[in-house]
Amino acid sequence: MTVLVANPFIGGLHMLDHPFLRYAFAAGTCIALASGLIGYFVVLRSQVFTGDALSHVAFTGSLAALALGLDLRVGLYGACIGFALLLAFLGRRANADDTVIGTVFAWILGIGALFLSIYTTTRSGSGGFTGNAGVNVLFGSIFGLSSGQALTDAVVALAVVLAVVFIGRPLLFASLDEAVASARGVPVRWLDYIFLVLVGITAGEATQAVGALLLLGLLAAPAGAAQRLTPRPFAALWLSAAIAVVSVWVGLTLAYAFPRIPPSFGILSVATACYLLSFLVTTGARRVVDRGGASRRGPGNRRNLVISHGEAS
Amino acid sequence: MNQTVSRLTWNIPGDLHQLFGFHFMVNAFRAGTVVAIVAGAVGWFMVLRRASFVGHTLAVVSFPGAAGAIWLGISVTAGYFAASIAAALVIAMVPPSRTGGSTSGEAAVIGTVQAFALACGVLFVSLYSGILDSVTGLLFGTFLGISDEQVLTLLIVGAAVLVALGAMARPLFFASVDPDVASARRVPVRLLSTLYLVLLGCTAAEVSQITGALLVFALLVMPAAAAQQVTVRPGWSFLLTITLALAVTWLALGAAYFYSYPVGFYVTSFGFAAYALAVAGRAISGWAGSRASADMRPLAMVDG
Repeated sequence: MTVLVANPFIGGLHMLDHPFLRYAFAAGTCIALASGLIGYFVVLRSQVFTGDALSHVAFTGSLAALALGLDLRVGLYGACIGFALLLAFLGRRANADDTVIGTVFAWILGIGALFLSIYTTTRSGSGGFTGNAGVNVLFGSIFGLSSGQALTDAVVALAVVLAVVFIGRPLLFASLDEAVASARGVPVRWLDYIFLVLVGITAGEATQAVGALLLLGLLAAPAGAAQRLTPRPFAALWLSAAIAVVSVWVGLTLAYAFPRIPPSFGILSVATACYLLSFLVTTGARRVVDRGGASRRGPGNRRNLVISHGEAS
Repeated sequence: MNQTVSRLTWNIPGDLHQLFGFHFMVNAFRAGTVVAIVAGAVGWFMVLRRASFVGHTLAVVSFPGAAGAIWLGISVTAGYFAASIAAALVIAMVPPSRTGGSTSGEAAVIGTVQAFALACGVLFVSLYSGILDSVTGLLFGTFLGISDEQVLTLLIVGAAVLVALGAMARPLFFASVDPDVASARRVPVRLLSTLYLVLLGCTAAEVSQITGALLVFALLVMPAAAAQQVTVRPGWSFLLTITLALAVTWLALGAAYFYSYPVGFYVTSFGFAAYALAVAGRAISGWAGSRASADMRPLAMVDG
């Protein structure tokens, strides 16, 4: 595998000869597209904590399915979509704030710990997978996808992408100004439910790529970077998807070149680096604008200072 | 071990005698007591400041800290504290969302910090390649191997956190309830917020040594959330938070001793039960109150 380091050109050409890498790239690309698009709306609607909650629910759902002897993905998608619907319902009825969401998902995670313990104690005899099951769910196993799994993941992810493209415009309207959108006849309430279900499906997908604990990064980092880089919503939406896809490609390549690097670390570190870069680029650009004397909305405390000076004089 | 034959009976003094018969259980209770008090106190402010997301992030960051320390062969306790405090400072560096224009940028940063830190944890585990068994211990907690010196460290750091929190409690409360008025009154809101994040990081590092990195958050958020449902008076809800945290921790340790499921499961379940009871109690009293007289609803007034 170190061929890639020794001779990048030849190594790169032969990298996709491995079936497991082909599956990883195919599924990973589609999952990244979906995560980037959904993530943009998650960040825009300030629902990042919801993504955080879903990542833990994904863990519990998977482990519950394993402990009951079902297919892992039944529990994974079931739990994610169910919890997303619950959140949409709670968010509509009462002000479901961070504290409520946090309390509920902390408890769900505790149940996940219970399932993990049940699963590892009852099935300890059946091979190496059991010991790793919890770790695989938490941190992803994209190099372990079979061709069938990769195909399902890709199809589901592309369905999410299509759905986002389809509802993108009204969803953006509803996210930016819910009251006006609702007055203009946009079905705000339905969009809420549909969007959260899409987030749930994406969380389930991303769990298989980067793991339950890290899917938050795939949702938040590309979207955060895109939002800093451009103020135009649709440009940011697709930029977010592009950053996510590039993160997955580069991350997988890194993990292939250096076998000690887990693929999820590779993906997440590229995404984080992009976000960091976006901070550097935008603060640098703003400094240039400042020096040019162009007006811009300054930080609040500085503005307060100016006002208090004005009042004093 | 005797542990497998231990059963809960109705002979309560006998049960307690059995529970404290082992030195490791005594240590677990000592450590749990320290951790519960600190987590309750710091968590109360966390819920007040609506900083659950930050709290959760600082909590899980202790996992890469511990995994990195194991990989480098240094003290795990040091790894816990270093990682959590470093993450607290990184998050504190991000300008508060209100001044930056977009309200959602800060959350994206916190989420990215969290996911990247966890990814680093995976990397350390992979580089060390031999602690797969203890990964679940780091994440979901173990209370069996707490040494005397660990208890001492927990006690010292916990006391320091409480003293610091006590020293800044009044301005921090002011700044948490109304940051705008507080900053107009020249309370150093930004500095307080940074200091509070560091305290939260220290607390998360402490708690995660007992409950595991993933379940710290339960002990931070649940008692405070339950207490703030019951009463709106700061002093009472603060005391109630600490009481609940202690009760939840002690019950969970006892239950985990007698029925060998993970201690984190018991902590979260008892905590959630307390919260559910508080919500139900409030709903019933609100319903009864609204039937008794339409306009005497102090709780609802505070919400509005």
